[in-house]
Amino acid sequence: MAFYLASKEVWRNKGRYFLFSLVIALITTLVLFTAALAEGLASANREYLSKLDAQLIVFQKNVDLSANASQIGESLLTSIKRIEGVETVGAIGLSSATIVFSSSQQSQQDVSLIGVEPGKPGLPPVLSGRSLKTTRAREVIIDQRIAKKFEIKPGDNLTIKTVQGTDEKFFVLKVVGITNGGQQYLFRPSIFVPYRTWDEIRSQPTPSIIKPDLIFNIVAVKISAGQDASEVASRIQSGVKDIEVTDIATAIRALPGYTAQQSTLNTQQIFTLLIGVLVIGGFFQIQMLQKIPQIGVLKAIGVSNTIVAIATVLQIVLVTTFGVVLGSAVTFMLAALIPSTVPIIFNGSLVAIATTALLLIGPLGGLVTVRLAVSVEPLIALGLSS
Amino acid sequence: MQPVLIAESVSKIYSNNGSSVRAVDNVSLDVKAGEFVALVGPSGSGKTTMLAVLASLLRPTLGHVQIDGHDLNNMNETERVRFRREKIGFTFQNNNLLPYLTVQENVEMMLKLNQKLDKEGRERARQLLIWLGLEDRLNSLPNRLSGGQKQRVAIARSLIHNPSLVLADEPTANLDSERAYQVVKVFSDLIHEQNKAGIMVTHDLRLCIYVDKVIQMRDGKIEQVLTTRQEIDDFIACA
Repeated sequence: MAFYLASKEVWRNKGRYFLFSLVIALITTLVLFTAALAEGLASANREYLSKLDAQLIVFQKNVDLSANASQIGESLLTSIKRIEGVETVGAIGLSSATIVFSSSQQSQQDVSLIGVEPGKPGLPPVLSGRSLKTTRAREVIIDQRIAKKFEIKPGDNLTIKTVQGTDEKFFVLKVVGITNGGQQYLFRPSIFVPYRTWDEIRSQPTPSIIKPDLIFNIVAVKISAGQDASEVASRIQSGVKDIEVTDIATAIRALPGYTAQQSTLNTQQIFTLLIGVLVIGGFFQIQMLQKIPQIGVLKAIGVSNTIVAIATVLQIVLVTTFGVVLGSAVTFMLAALIPSTVPIIFNGSLVAIATTALLLIGPLGGLVTVRLAVSVEPLIALGLSS
Repeated sequence: MQPVLIAESVSKIYSNNGSSVRAVDNVSLDVKAGEFVALVGPSGSGKTTMLAVLASLLRPTLGHVQIDGHDLNNMNETERVRFRREKIGFTFQNNNLLPYLTVQENVEMMLKLNQKLDKEGRERARQLLIWLGLEDRLNSLPNRLSGGQKQRVAIARSLIHNPSLVLADEPTANLDSERAYQVVKVFSDLIHEQNKAGIMVTHDLRLCIYVDKVIQMRDGKIEQVLTTRQEIDDFIACA
């Protein structure tokens, strides 16, 4: 009976309910786009770190987990390696560079230039070509996105531009391998070079000179199987001076602007959902106020409060579900038209969470309406009130 | 013949800020099957409150109401809702019909509500509507009907589920005289034909030509009960 009443009313007033579904569809589109943008921006910032084949990251002490500020000498690597529970470590140097394809400004590509140790944590797996083999070779592994965009393949040469002192320096590197496309760091695609090569070609205030103790930014630590990451972290922390050890998640949260950006976008999503609750609640409340005499008659002729409440919830669910489905469809169609430069990623679990939240805001917004519907007295049908 | 409806010494007292108002004061009445009764009186005489008590929409402060042998005082809210659904048919002054159901669906709703809607029930609803002159309106929504047509649909709805008691609250209040007479005549004919007990609250005394008994109320009390045709006709003539 409840479904009969709810569906008949929606169907016979389809224009009105469709318009309202459009409002819900717009809210859905906004929430999904914000979620996709948050995921896209987060991913562009953290991708490299989140895919590291390591469980811990070592920073210099007192740099607030800033990878750029952190400086760790080569000599510390040995100390970290000796700690019980550490399987292997990989030094990682982080800086930026520009790939130059011609003299034209349009064919340059800013990248994260990452120095890694061949065969150690920090070097991502390659999809084609081969991995880095030596620590000094002028070789590079590039992100699949760059390879696709500029049609680069293993065996090609790349020209890298960095700034050393006040001069722009150009270095030619041979592409030996291509890694998967998910290796962005600080919103730039990454290229990987051997750590000694990195130290020579990276941007730095003074031209590179041969140093006795090579300086990196961070160290990726892979722990032995069966070891507890937090215990190993404590051992490293207490066994090695002037360092700070964190897990990957903490290191990601410490990325420049990451937390502020994510909390801003999450707040925006929450406010959009709250607005959704208010809009849906308001619409159904006005609808219900108009229907009070009808509800009174229904109750007078013997329709129970349960049927009235279920019919009200069903209507809200029907309209909300239609709006969310419509909004999701529109979002995915629009997403296909948006240029690839816009960082949006529709992560399955995030979309599921967002759509579930959107489906729940209908009944949540309609709670007051259901309460009103249940409280209507059948005496209203006779123009009386208790 | 045992009355379908028996109301014994019914009072409804409202309390407000320490003072009390007797909307219905010690009223007793009965209605038999096939009897159509008019409850008349000026505004504030307590006739609608009495109707609400008889319809199990209000609990009396004092007294008892029995319908078909069931004492309404012994029922909880859930039982009262079910009792209304099964045993009582209603026609109201306004907002009678659900605007999103067609004429036929509005009538069938009482059968659906009582889980009695089948092929035979649908046909019965159709025939009743045809009998009421609504053959070409079966699939119309209420907003396409005139006031008189709406009330005829409401009458059909009040009778389709075979209730013991049919109650009508000012069913002609929004109709012109000609349509008011038509509607009440139809109501009266159906109540007599289907052997139901019927009560109609009205302020229009001329409509009493179609009823079998007139109960006149004033200040919550029964002022007079007219039971013969002559008494009723004289009452209408005086009015």
